[in-house]
Amino acid sequence: MNAATLYGLCGAALVGLGLYGTIVHPQPLRKILAFNLLGGGVFLQFGVIARRGAAAGMGGDPVPQAMVITGIVVAFSATALAVALVLRLFQETGKATLGSEPPASPARDGEGAGR
Amino acid sequence: MTIALALDAGLALLVLGVALWTIGAGPTFAAVVGFVAFGLLLALVWVRLAAVDVALTEAAIGSGVTGAVLIAAAARLRPTEPQSVGERPGATMRLVAALLSVLVFAGLAGIVLFPADPAPTLGPAAAAHLPELDVGNPVTAVLLAYRSVDTLLEKVVLLLALVGVWSLAPDRFWGGAPGVLRPARPDGALALLGRVLPPIGIVVGVYILWVGAIAPGGAFQAAATLAAMWLLVMIAGLRDPPETRLRSLRLLLVAGPAVFLAVGLAGFALPDGFLSYPVGHAKPIIIAIEAVLTLSIAVILGLLVAGPPERERQR
Repeated sequence: MNAATLYGLCGAALVGLGLYGTIVHPQPLRKILAFNLLGGGVFLQFGVIARRGAAAGMGGDPVPQAMVITGIVVAFSATALAVALVLRLFQETGKATLGSEPPASPARDGEGAGR
Repeated sequence: MTIALALDAGLALLVLGVALWTIGAGPTFAAVVGFVAFGLLLALVWVRLAAVDVALTEAAIGSGVTGAVLIAAAARLRPTEPQSVGERPGATMRLVAALLSVLVFAGLAGIVLFPADPAPTLGPAAAAHLPELDVGNPVTAVLLAYRSVDTLLEKVVLLLALVGVWSLAPDRFWGGAPGVLRPARPDGALALLGRVLPPIGIVVGVYILWVGAIAPGGAFQAAATLAAMWLLVMIAGLRDPPETRLRSLRLLLVAGPAVFLAVGLAGFALPDGFLSYPVGHAKPIIIAIEAVLTLSIAVILGLLVAGPPERERQR
């Protein structure tokens, strides 16, 4: 067992955890959070591959590392857009839910909670 | 077990613990705070994996800027939390999800435990052309020379995300300014920090950009630092977010990708193809692209955190 294997297992566990949270949490914001954990796990796996590919005096293969940097920025873009969508949904309906059925509480549809 | 490996194991457990908290915590706000801590710990893991460039990006963007977006959203969505309790999936659904997650974990763990031998690497290929580029940091070389088309497209993704966020504004606010991030007391500690820190932060940002050619650093990390300084000034209430209809602001947004694309197209005429640099002039070109990109990314990041326009245009 070396450090790369250890962090690889850690990344695999993060992917599992994130997947579970994405499926189980009803709130969209919690799904976004869990999905970011999943992404972190995937990046970590890629980082372990980079570490194993250490060669030519470098600590790791720079190609996967550069792709992870690109990935982190793209993940942020997607997160910002997803959060804006959830906030807009809340503004329009006063709710932040993905459920197709209307909730049991008295509906406030039409008037909206936006300012 | 050596001491270093024991510390690595401790760090890995800490990361998993904070991740568990992020999934399991009750209030969303607590979960988001857990996520920011997770990002910072993950940055330490990246240092341990000899990927300092990734560590800087993770700390600045993965944890910092993403955290700012999520914290603001969690605070605004707090009233919706009691509604969602009744929507939790049943025990069967949770069990199926858990089984699926364990299956995915087992598959990935198998790949980690039985890796390809010898490990595939592009390290020697990346190192071979570093002297020609005159760039000492192989990651910067990959980002802005070998795989620069990825970086170019990623800038476009950032820009598209911002267009997407803006287009969520109601019609009457189109072209207006984003909402005030947080009303701050004008005499508070945050206002003092907003005056003292930005000059230092800007110097640090420019340094990270410059040093990125030879050591860990580069355009993204520098842009995130600059964006953080701008956000600090806005959150402290010292400056309002700008109106999104301003021509100068929009020019700044597209300047980075446009310069990058122009250099790419010039590659057809001068050297031998899209995004190729003339021999001997690669480094100045790369630094110039990075400088413009840094400005554009910093403005895009700041505006993505500020969100869609929420105020009417001023006449």
